[in-house]
Amino acid sequence: MIRVQEQDFDIGLEVSKLTDGNTRIGGVCFFVGLVRDFAGDQEVSNLTLEHYPGMTEKQLQDVEAEAKARWPLEASLIIHRFGKLAAGDNIVMVAAASEHREAAFEACQFLMDWLKTKAPFWKKESSPDGAHWVAAKADDEAQAERWNSHKKETDG
Amino acid sequence: MKILYFAWLKEKTGLSSEDCPLPDGVTDVAGLIDWLTQRGAGFDDAFKDQNLVRVAVNQEHVGVDCPLSDGDEVAFFPPVTGG
Repeated sequence: MIRVQEQDFDIGLEVSKLTDGNTRIGGVCFFVGLVRDFAGDQEVSNLTLEHYPGMTEKQLQDVEAEAKARWPLEASLIIHRFGKLAAGDNIVMVAAASEHREAAFEACQFLMDWLKTKAPFWKKESSPDGAHWVAAKADDEAQAERWNSHKKETDG
Repeated sequence: MKILYFAWLKEKTGLSSEDCPLPDGVTDVAGLIDWLTQRGAGFDDAFKDQNLVRVAVNQEHVGVDCPLSDGDEVAFFPPVTGG
């Protein structure tokens, strides 16, 4: 399931809802991304997340479908917020549930790595010096890319 | 066609979206960018460093060689920074 929303989410409740009623699930792994109060040596008071309605949902659905194709998942979840967020706020949650832990751990990391380079969101940080758009990190591309080589190794 | 701009491309062009017919002679994204940059300083500035511009056609990530037709939804934006 994917959700794109302005409002906050309850991490515990989301995990319960994901696994509720499915006793084949032996493990669930989740990741939650939060707003930091600094970027480099700059203080960040808040950030605004812009997104591309329609494409965001489409890309997140594709990322989730790819995870399901690669690992035997019983359930999965991607929630991403948009709008104005303050330091400490939840931004994103991904979760993967499977019979065994390995698939859950790997799929959780994959969901996050692919989301970071595919989902059309843009962060604008506000600091005492003013607001600026966050630049993408080359590292994020590399983290996403390693799953392509991973897949080739698995296929081979 | 519909053209959308996000993040600093929206700020530099002063537009979030516009409807316009596919310009004469434009067949792909690269051609559309060339056409857009001739519209004025804001557009020229927005597309000045094309390494920083990403494109989606009909909500899929594409390269500048992607062919265009009149009903397409084209979006220009910086590399994504969600998560």
